Amino acid sequence: MADDLLTIADRSFSSRLIMGTGGAPSLEVLEQALRTSGTELTTVAMRRINPAARGSVLEVLQRCGIDVLPNTAGCFTAGEAVLTARLSREALGTNWVKLEVIADERTLLPDPIELLDAAETLVDDGFVVLPYTNDDPVLARKLEDVGCAAVMPLGSPIGSGLGIRNPHNFQLIVEQANVPVVLDAGAGTASDVALAMELGCAAVMLATAVTRAQEPALMAEAMRKAVESGRLAYRAGRIPKRFHAEASSPMEGRASFDPEAPAF
Amino acid sequence: MTAAATIRLTVNGEDRSLPGGVTLAQVVTELSAAPSGVAAAVNEAVVPRSQWDATVLADADRVEILTAVQGG
Repeated sequence: MADDLLTIADRSFSSRLIMGTGGAPSLEVLEQALRTSGTELTTVAMRRINPAARGSVLEVLQRCGIDVLPNTAGCFTAGEAVLTARLSREALGTNWVKLEVIADERTLLPDPIELLDAAETLVDDGFVVLPYTNDDPVLARKLEDVGCAAVMPLGSPIGSGLGIRNPHNFQLIVEQANVPVVLDAGAGTASDVALAMELGCAAVMLATAVTRAQEPALMAEAMRKAVESGRLAYRAGRIPKRFHAEASSPMEGRASFDPEAPAF
Repeated sequence: MTAAATIRLTVNGEDRSLPGGVTLAQVVTELSAAPSGVAAAVNEAVVPRSQWDATVLADADRVEILTAVQGG
């Protein structure tokens, strides 16, 4: 699908699957899954340096030729998120950030007030901001209005695997958006991902569904194919849903039999 | 100030006593020799790598040194 690139801000990708790196049992398993997924853009978190740590997720991404997308996971206020984004820009040399400002640890739902505040500040500071947001069409529009390069609504809570709980909201968000809409959080299996793409999402972001699957690399392949299939179905234009059947074989030209006569 | 003067500060949440005049570059090097992928903040302000050598830490400074880990 070389003619169907995902474009966010000034970069284009042939893969519409954005991966996370959290939850993998080892860097080896992670690398295998990332390679199989075909992803070209993958998130990392910023944490205090651990001198005892062996191996680095950055080395894995570099080896695979995958662009790094730092996130602000674990931030509860706009101030924390802005500082974390600025540190990630300094550490990783990218002005792209997946902006997360969560409200509490139990739900990990975004705090919309802090999120919008942080988004506006970071856009003004020259960042390409990809916000993890609620599946709220109004908030999505406001994030776009302050200059976010994409909007990333959650299908359901992070790590829940509950899929897209409100497909109608996704349709509303997609319908109004002038920036890419990316399903972020909630995908549990391939059908969730296919649905997101069929609803018109430009891409899907996921981590747990792959990294905590029984066979991460196998699930990564399933996700890659689901993204591609869902995207093709979206572009192809699905048939309208109807209440009654509609025959696909013509009724005209049928033979005339005595319904009681044929022996069988 | 004498040569023995020490300052007390926190590095990644840990209380530390270090010689007066210690620079941010020295504190970072102790934790990581990596030439990239690391960023530092002092008292909630980012200090670019190019300024680490020139940044002399002071008593009660809060230093955070971060890198990328698996996440998201």
